[in-house]
Amino acid sequence: MNLDRLLPNLGEWLRGNGPESDIVISTRIRLARNLAGSPFSNRASAAQKAETEVRIRDAIATLDLPHKLDYVDVSKLTPIDRQFLIERQLMSRELGSVLEGPRGVAFDERESVSVMVNEEDHLRLQVMRSGVALDEAWAEIDHLDDLLETKLTYAFHEQFGYLTACPTNVGTGMRASVMLHLPALSLTKEIEKLFRSLQKINLVVRGLYGEGSRASGDLYQISNQVTLGKSEGRVLQEIREVISQILQYERRARQLLVKERKQAEQDRVARAIGTLGSATMITSEETMELLSTVRLGIQLHLLEDLPATTVNQLFIHTQAAHLQKLMGTPLDGEERNSARAKYLRNKLRELGASQR
Amino acid sequence: MNKKKREMHLCEGCAREQNLIPDAPSPQLNLPALLQLLMTQLAPVADAEGDDLDPASLTCPDCGLKYAQFRADGRLGCPEDYDVFLPVLVPILERVHRGLQHQGKTPKAVRKQMAKNEIADLKTQLDDAIAVEDYEEAARLRDCIRGKEAAG
Repeated sequence: MNLDRLLPNLGEWLRGNGPESDIVISTRIRLARNLAGSPFSNRASAAQKAETEVRIRDAIATLDLPHKLDYVDVSKLTPIDRQFLIERQLMSRELGSVLEGPRGVAFDERESVSVMVNEEDHLRLQVMRSGVALDEAWAEIDHLDDLLETKLTYAFHEQFGYLTACPTNVGTGMRASVMLHLPALSLTKEIEKLFRSLQKINLVVRGLYGEGSRASGDLYQISNQVTLGKSEGRVLQEIREVISQILQYERRARQLLVKERKQAEQDRVARAIGTLGSATMITSEETMELLSTVRLGIQLHLLEDLPATTVNQLFIHTQAAHLQKLMGTPLDGEERNSARAKYLRNKLRELGASQR
Repeated sequence: MNKKKREMHLCEGCAREQNLIPDAPSPQLNLPALLQLLMTQLAPVADAEGDDLDPASLTCPDCGLKYAQFRADGRLGCPEDYDVFLPVLVPILERVHRGLQHQGKTPKAVRKQMAKNEIADLKTQLDDAIAVEDYEEAARLRDCIRGKEAAG
């Protein structure tokens, strides 16, 4: 498959118009599954991994799905293509650039469903949805899992449930996460307090790229830690309740910003647009910070002629692999900073977006 | 800008060296590390009488995983390991999940097998009840079996 054809699309997770999309970027649910009678990926020989890959690949190919899954052999991809799929959230950094040997990822054209093969677990199913949509995501992944279970025999234990390579995933094997944009809570410094209270109820807060990543651009993923002893439904309900609380806090903080320091916010947004539209060198980190400010500006109606989905496009296109694909040439760090600035200048000029 | 297209074929390592793909972001929260910490606190494991259970001696006959390897990277090697390493896993699972019994989805094939086993158990009980001429209990068990067979 030629991955470049994905380039103009935002994919499901950046579609930008799901429920509560003023704050919630996306919902993701993943299920970890392993085949019975085979060693987990980390102890499998290359031959065993190849056999696992073939079995799962064949099973995926025969699934009766409304949106067909295309399989990509990750071991045959160039480093830039791997990075590209990581940036699009279709596969983990682990599968892309840490693990070796036979492995792959199958995904649909909407970029909503993906199945990683020979990740830490033999199978990592993932469903993405724009906005907060835990029920819809669960219904879809549950169905996909049901279908796969008719073709493959999973490792399952009566006491411990679905068995996984890491005991932190055993049981349901389910990790549900909601990605939120929380600029106002970050500005008012209330966010630390919020995170401490989430830890107490066993929810995990992580940055944009999941485990081990920093929160940049005020984007946070909130997910469950517990997979054993609580049903999927109960875990989803707990997350749902917490998200609805956080939405209230963030909205209240945003209202307060507009009420008490509208002028200062307007200035901050104008400066962000100004920098994005005129810089000649810009890092990915700075781009994300500025885009976060612009996104907030749009939500607070401090900016008129910029649609929120454009921010999503700028956000994805300015990441390393996307940028290099758009420019059609490999670029090192410095060159990337200058290409990123050029891309942003051109885009913003095209859009005719300027501060009011 | 010079539009001439350069084509390079690079492996992962060279690409990283040439800085074409960004380094992984610095860690903020790392579950495997957390798990390792939990395990360090737990070792060594001893049973209530303070004898015999030497976790270092545990090795999986199926995949060959040794306790020390599990401790080092926090990953199990195969499905069998959940039974082989049960004594050391239970305290870890209790700390991470505060639960030890799976709740939720179960594969259909497993559900069928579980229902079958349950019916077989009830039939044994029914035979026992008939043998001791407890007909009231036998009738109750028979209805119960019929109900389950109809549901399956």
